Amino acid sequence: MIPAAFEYTAAASVDEATQALRKYGEDAKVLAGGQSLIPLMRLRLAQPAVLVDIGRISGLDGIRRENGTLVVGALARHAEIQSSGEVRSSLPLLAELATDVGDNQVRNLGTIGGVVAHGDAAGDYNALALMLDAEIVTNKRRHRAADFYKDIFTTALEPDEVVTEVRFPVANGRHAYLKFRRRLFDWAIAGVAVQQTGSGWRVGYVNLGNTPRRGTAVEQALAQGASPADASNQAGSAIDPVDDVRASAVYKRSLAATLTRRALETASAGG
Amino acid sequence: MAITQMIGAHIQRREDPKLITGHGNYIDDMRLTGMLHMSVVRSPFPHARIRTIDVTDAAKSPGVHAVYTARDFKPVLAGGIPAAPAFVPDKKQVPNHYPIAESEACYQGEPVAVVLADDRYLADDAAQLVSIEYDPLPAVTDLDRAIEPGSPTAHEGAPDNIAWDAVFPGGDIDAAMAESEVRLKLRITQQRLFPTAMETRGCVADWVPFGNRVTLWSSTQVPHFLRLFISGALGITEAQMRVVANDVGGGFGAKLRPYPEEYLACAGSRLIGRPVKWIETRTESQQATTHGRGQIYDLEVGALRDGTLVGLRITQLLDAGAYVGVFGSFGGGCYTFKAVHGRSLGILTNRVSTDPYRGAGRPEATHLVERMVDLVAGELGLDPVEVRRKNFIKPEAFPHPNNFGLVYDSGAYEKTLDRALEMVGYGDLRRRQKELREQGRYLGIGLSTWVEICGIGPSAATAPAAGVALVESSAVRVHPTGSVTVSTGTHSHGQGHETTFAQIVADALGVPYEMIDIKHGDTGETPFGYGTYGSRSLAVGGISILKSCQKVVEKAKRLAAHIFEAAEEDVVFDQGRFYVKGSPDNAKVMGEIAFASYGAGLPEGMEQGMEAITYFDPPNFVWPFGAHICVVEVDAETGAVDLQRYIAVDDCGNVINPMIVEGQLHGGIAQGISQALFEEVRYDDDGGQLLTGTFLDYLVPTMAEMPHYELDRTVTPSPTNELGVKGIGEAGTIAASAAVINAVCDALSPLGIKHVEMPARPDRVWSLIQEARS
Ligand SMILES: Cc1cc2nc3c(=O)[nH]c(=O)nc-3n(C[C@H](O)[C@H](O)[C@H](O)COP(=O)(O)OP(=O)(O)OC[C@H]3O[C@@H](n4cnc5c(N)ncnc54)[C@H](O)[C@@H]3O)c2cc1C
Repeated sequence: MIPAAFEYTAAASVDEATQALRKYGEDAKVLAGGQSLIPLMRLRLAQPAVLVDIGRISGLDGIRRENGTLVVGALARHAEIQSSGEVRSSLPLLAELATDVGDNQVRNLGTIGGVVAHGDAAGDYNALALMLDAEIVTNKRRHRAADFYKDIFTTALEPDEVVTEVRFPVANGRHAYLKFRRRLFDWAIAGVAVQQTGSGWRVGYVNLGNTPRRGTAVEQALAQGASPADASNQAGSAIDPVDDVRASAVYKRSLAATLTRRALETASAGG
Repeated sequence: MAITQMIGAHIQRREDPKLITGHGNYIDDMRLTGMLHMSVVRSPFPHARIRTIDVTDAAKSPGVHAVYTARDFKPVLAGGIPAAPAFVPDKKQVPNHYPIAESEACYQGEPVAVVLADDRYLADDAAQLVSIEYDPLPAVTDLDRAIEPGSPTAHEGAPDNIAWDAVFPGGDIDAAMAESEVRLKLRITQQRLFPTAMETRGCVADWVPFGNRVTLWSSTQVPHFLRLFISGALGITEAQMRVVANDVGGGFGAKLRPYPEEYLACAGSRLIGRPVKWIETRTESQQATTHGRGQIYDLEVGALRDGTLVGLRITQLLDAGAYVGVFGSFGGGCYTFKAVHGRSLGILTNRVSTDPYRGAGRPEATHLVERMVDLVAGELGLDPVEVRRKNFIKPEAFPHPNNFGLVYDSGAYEKTLDRALEMVGYGDLRRRQKELREQGRYLGIGLSTWVEICGIGPSAATAPAAGVALVESSAVRVHPTGSVTVSTGTHSHGQGHETTFAQIVADALGVPYEMIDIKHGDTGETPFGYGTYGSRSLAVGGISILKSCQKVVEKAKRLAAHIFEAAEEDVVFDQGRFYVKGSPDNAKVMGEIAFASYGAGLPEGMEQGMEAITYFDPPNFVWPFGAHICVVEVDAETGAVDLQRYIAVDDCGNVINPMIVEGQLHGGIAQGISQALFEEVRYDDDGGQLLTGTFLDYLVPTMAEMPHYELDRTVTPSPTNELGVKGIGEAGTIAASAAVINAVCDALSPLGIKHVEMPARPDRVWSLIQEARS
């Protein structure tokens, strides 16, 4: 790995990180687990002048429940989310998503805050945050997930904004996540998450558009009593996949419908 | 010779403790005083004219000692990189391959300038500042279009893109086709692959001006070839150059040619007067290290209605890339065809060159024959097992000359097939397949009964084809107290020679295994040798070592006779002990005889010392074979292929170390499966830009994607050499892609799908299913 030269500073608190970001402006980047940023720097596709490492800020990795909300600290690593008893009881679907992220190395280092801030449509948590109306809390404000994911790799975050926690509504009803990929540690070619909540089914799509997508039409069809097979025919209206090296858009559309049906069937069978 | 304790022993590789505890000595571990680091500026275009190169800013960048372009190298670097004759006597054009582009860049990743700096970071920073003006030219990438008259050419001013056009007639193909009752055609693409060694390429060059000596440490499979060619280009003698390949982290065929960076590092070291190091990044490796495969086959098979194979017509379009490398063979597999007709067209394109990759021609050859056999079976409604049985060369027919006059040494093809069928439970599996089909599920069973040519190779065949006789050297030296140093011209980069060769020597000399040291990879301490590829190391290099040992034993026996005051024919050599017939209790061991050989009082005319050198020229190639069976289920909704079982019964003759044989099969099968299902180098259609430039997009599978291997073996010794050994390094790869694709095609046959190209990506399989259903 031969990145371009950069300055490095480790922040001891969110305040320190904020100050550093204000000082260096657009030239600075937050470094959390490094599992998305470092690969870009390796290829010199990202050449930040300053890295502000938030990885050592204590207290940012907590996972706790506040009434009907599961609060996950920005620095919670995938491995922690995967094995957290709190997550498993309050939002087991999140733990399942975490289990499927990358490989052991990635899961031991990568953070939920990094996934959210990176805003990758292929980031599994992003679809979950969107479909469940999660809140993304930063040093400055609270974002509704529905307003957060703007465009490809673009979120509502400003350069001096640091994600501190992600707040999910508790949901432990029937659920399933189907992640279609060719190798165990790969990103999803397409992923479909389904969760039954007090207000009906929620459906989220991973890597099927420039941003994470919510399957509103599928949700509505289900609310009106459609079978999984019929409801899954509505998958297409939520998504906007493109041709890439992994697969054609046509194929991904078919996959989205198949996975939607299977996810709903799996969740329903799961009790 | 008596097979004693060591040959055949299931022992662990002695090189592993060092390697797996991080004590290996790879190129990037090397640090020399004053060493500079080289970064290579590469053409981002597949084809472009280079108008100007401005190095001003780069040269001023911190830590930079020099920025060199072709103009700087010309005075110290003569001539181009050699192209092997590529088994074709009638080559039409061989573009000159100077190690660095001067006015025209012909593939994406071709070196255009180099930066030498204090460290690699500074070198890469400066490399970004080299400013080059290019005029992009049309890129030749599509093989069919490349051979059309009037196509743009991969090299400006070339008459066309044909590097060679060679015909290999193997019998009267027209008669064979005329006699056939069914004739079936198929086009098969062998996609380009990255060879993906764990260690990328890299080198360190140290030029010493006094005496014009250069030492080159490189991650290569062929140190002696490097010395031969690079010393010539540098204008020095071979004696002035030393090439060292210490531990090498895999090669798979992509490290068996001299590469531009090796020339540039040596010449750069000469120009700057300091050692120069270059380590290839993974991205560079994917762009600029030779790719494997890259061929299209147009095929026609002729058969009788009872399944008898009659003729096979093969036209190979080979994507040579921008410069010419080596290309592989093809044939009729383990079947008796009346005629097999081959034509090979080598096509120049604006891509990095192709070169051997594990199997090197034989995976392609096996794939095409095995696919055509299944096509015949499918067309005639016959069981693919029966078509194979009917057409196998029979055990009593060996030695068997194939259609091209090459002589298969030994084989028992039905034996491996029967065992594989038994292991997989073929009858039950076919019944299960029928049941599942009724439920709308697609189970597939694929066979690959393979034979390969390896042990490369006899001078009579290799000298005309390769320009040098690919024999192999060895030197065996018994030291005064009985320890042994063995030098071999082969090179181990994962094969385990230090273990297997020592096993052979332990038995041949009767010396403890621990007292035997195997040396390879350093031209300064080994006789001229030919390196490792083509599953040749044991069958050629190993036999060479055995023969050196025999020479040593012969001398030791003469000396023992002298010491025992007995006649030579009365001296017995038995597992390292020499004694006079009838008195085994009064024996001397090899160490004692060796000690005596360095002393006084030797027999009349005998020189001191106990050593021998051999150049072994094998009388024939060796021909391992086997039967692989793959079981898959295809998910018709997603096109995903689930690899459920993989059975392999192979026959590589006698086995020196079963553990190493299994290890080679595991890795080899993985690479074959990987070609069938995962890996493919992709470029964008018109621009020729590499799209799969990271492991994110280029899918090298992991253990999680591989099935459990069910392995077994039969033993049909080779009559070609005294140990009865063949080769196993490439076998798995040679067999596997055909087994997997045959299984996928078998699964999809109820839909009328006859062929699936590699890799059988889910989207590709899904599209075929959609087409078939509409
Ligand atoms: C081989 C591999 C496979 C992977 N597979 C998957 C997968 O299947 N699914 C998946 O979802 N992810 C996958 N990832 C990515 C992984 O989940 C990363 O951990 C994640 O994308 C980013 O988290 P991070 O902590 O590593 O962030 P970093 O890489 O450190 O940062 C990523 C970006 O977010 C910004 N950032 C990080 N944290 C904050 C914060 N708290 N506030 C503001 N900005 C911040 C950084 O400035 C940077 O721009 C994979 C990664 C690899 C290397």
